Amino acid sequence: MPRLNEGNLRIAQDILSRYPKKKSALIPLLHLAQEQDGYVADDAMEHLAELVDVTPAEVLGTCTFYEMFKREPVGDYRINICHGISCHLLGADELIHHAEESLGVRQGTVTDDGISIEGVECIAACTEAPCLQVNYRYMNKVTNDGFDYLVNGLRDGTVTVPKHGRLALTRQAIPEDKAAGNAMVESDAPPAWWPEPEPPEEEAK
Amino acid sequence: MPFEKIVTQRFDNLEAHKISEYEATGGYVALRKALETTPEAVHNEVKAASLLGRGGAGFPAGIKWGFCPPNVWPRYLVVNGDESEPGTYKDRQLLERDPHQIIEGCLLACYAVGLTQCFLYIRGEMAHAQERVATALNEAYAAGYVGKNILGTDFSVDIVLHWGAGAYIVGEETALIESLEGNRGMPRLKPPFFPAAVGLYGQPTIVNNVETLANLPWIVDRGSNAYTAMGAENSKGTRVFAVSGHVNNPGVFEVEFGTTTFRDLIEGSDYAAGVRNGKKIKAFIPGGASAIWFYEEHLDLPLEKVTVDKAGSMLGSGAIVVMDEDTDMVKACHNLVRFFARESCGKCTPCREGTTWLERILARIIAGHGRPSDLSLLTEVCENISPGMAWPPRQTTICPLGPSAVSPIASSIERFRSEFDDYITLSDRRVIPVASA
Repeated sequence: MPRLNEGNLRIAQDILSRYPKKKSALIPLLHLAQEQDGYVADDAMEHLAELVDVTPAEVLGTCTFYEMFKREPVGDYRINICHGISCHLLGADELIHHAEESLGVRQGTVTDDGISIEGVECIAACTEAPCLQVNYRYMNKVTNDGFDYLVNGLRDGTVTVPKHGRLALTRQAIPEDKAAGNAMVESDAPPAWWPEPEPPEEEAK
Repeated sequence: MPFEKIVTQRFDNLEAHKISEYEATGGYVALRKALETTPEAVHNEVKAASLLGRGGAGFPAGIKWGFCPPNVWPRYLVVNGDESEPGTYKDRQLLERDPHQIIEGCLLACYAVGLTQCFLYIRGEMAHAQERVATALNEAYAAGYVGKNILGTDFSVDIVLHWGAGAYIVGEETALIESLEGNRGMPRLKPPFFPAAVGLYGQPTIVNNVETLANLPWIVDRGSNAYTAMGAENSKGTRVFAVSGHVNNPGVFEVEFGTTTFRDLIEGSDYAAGVRNGKKIKAFIPGGASAIWFYEEHLDLPLEKVTVDKAGSMLGSGAIVVMDEDTDMVKACHNLVRFFARESCGKCTPCREGTTWLERILARIIAGHGRPSDLSLLTEVCENISPGMAWPPRQTTICPLGPSAVSPIASSIERFRSEFDDYITLSDRRVIPVASA
């Protein structure tokens, strides 16, 4: 059932139009599928295969390479606790231990109310160590109490975070009248602003 | 010494991500200037500034641009914003706080080298940066800075925001291109060594780091002479360093390239303000997880590419991680190696198998199941990934990820061998807590 719905299909067409070759749109489209369902469903991958003109196996191949694509539901809130070197030095292992104790589930397991945690590699907030991301939104200098505050907030709705799968809330939109157009591989003409175009030999004939 | 900040000049301005604020603080002036001159003039200016690539390898950007074969079209620009080296987070700051500066940098590069489409590849986990850049691009399109006939000239280029999905290896430029083509992000076999010859879709492609491009508006606006007036002989301009770990004031700092020392940065009151709790420094990583560790005796080295290379390490991605005297070096080493083991793409056997085994051996040492032969076994596995364990590393792999995993092991075994021995031999080993807050 979870193929892309009509609204998302329109977004998908828009994304596809920005690449000289369709397959380049695959990672953005996988994100779109994950945004719709919270994870990347098999049916969605088949749909994407049709859209970019490759086999479903090729879509699966790309999908499984990347950490962010989940092929099973991970709950509404995925909490990624950084255990990179800077966070490790400032207590990430202890924080992950606390998080597991506090939620009552191990890394990767989803609680009944849709929260899961995972120790992840460096998420680029090293000076704010130890840090975590909830659905890829940062929380800095996290203490054990801070973690509990976050989880309670997610549960009672005082902390609002878009559901798992939704990344940037703003999408890029290239207005049709302003688009320069894709640089197609087949077109071998120099760009219009290039000063010394080789004189085309055909003209001499 | 006082100097002018370049890429972080708008960091104090919390509104700088908006186009009106960017324009009000000198934004898009360089683009107008560039459009009045020839692409060649812009290229020459960047070459004269000897701007070094800020991604890690430190290759001069102007020279890299020159590797495009003549008269082969179209050419592409791919912006490497897939920052994920442990300890590094300068690019995320640049993208979030001053996205228009990056966009202007992209436009200047496209104009100078004749690149007709730009893909801005941002790391998947950076939702906020994606949001800021998407908004900035929409503003820039509306204002006529990006797209068709930019500012009424013949210059036309689309900038497409693209984001990844969590893979460190995609920071390697040929892997980045594979990923952008919708494939698994595995590095391509070399030669060709530079995507400038054969890159995206087999076409000439320039891959530049976010910080590299952020320097361009300033260079084009103020001229290469003003740029080369700052810095040391082989490292011009300024550079952004992120200092993290056991320091009082971790942060991202822009300093004059080449003249500032590690001591200034780690101990200076304007910067990281020394090791916390009055502890002594035990070791520090000078340039991201891939770098050989430095110690107290290296503190007075200048932050300058050639000097640091000669001293046996690298400035890499500008990530300095400080470890204090209480740090458990075996655990720190395991942590770094685990990163490379998890992030190995699996293409080359020495890296795929080697990093995995290194991680397992270190894990069993920490768990108390280490064997007396484990240290020589670690060395042997390292030798198979990076023969000689020398610096700069030799490699049996396509890309430098595998050899990077050797760095923390070579460093820690050489300097802190007794800590490994304690784990392996002592029955009553005192477990040192990682964080003693």
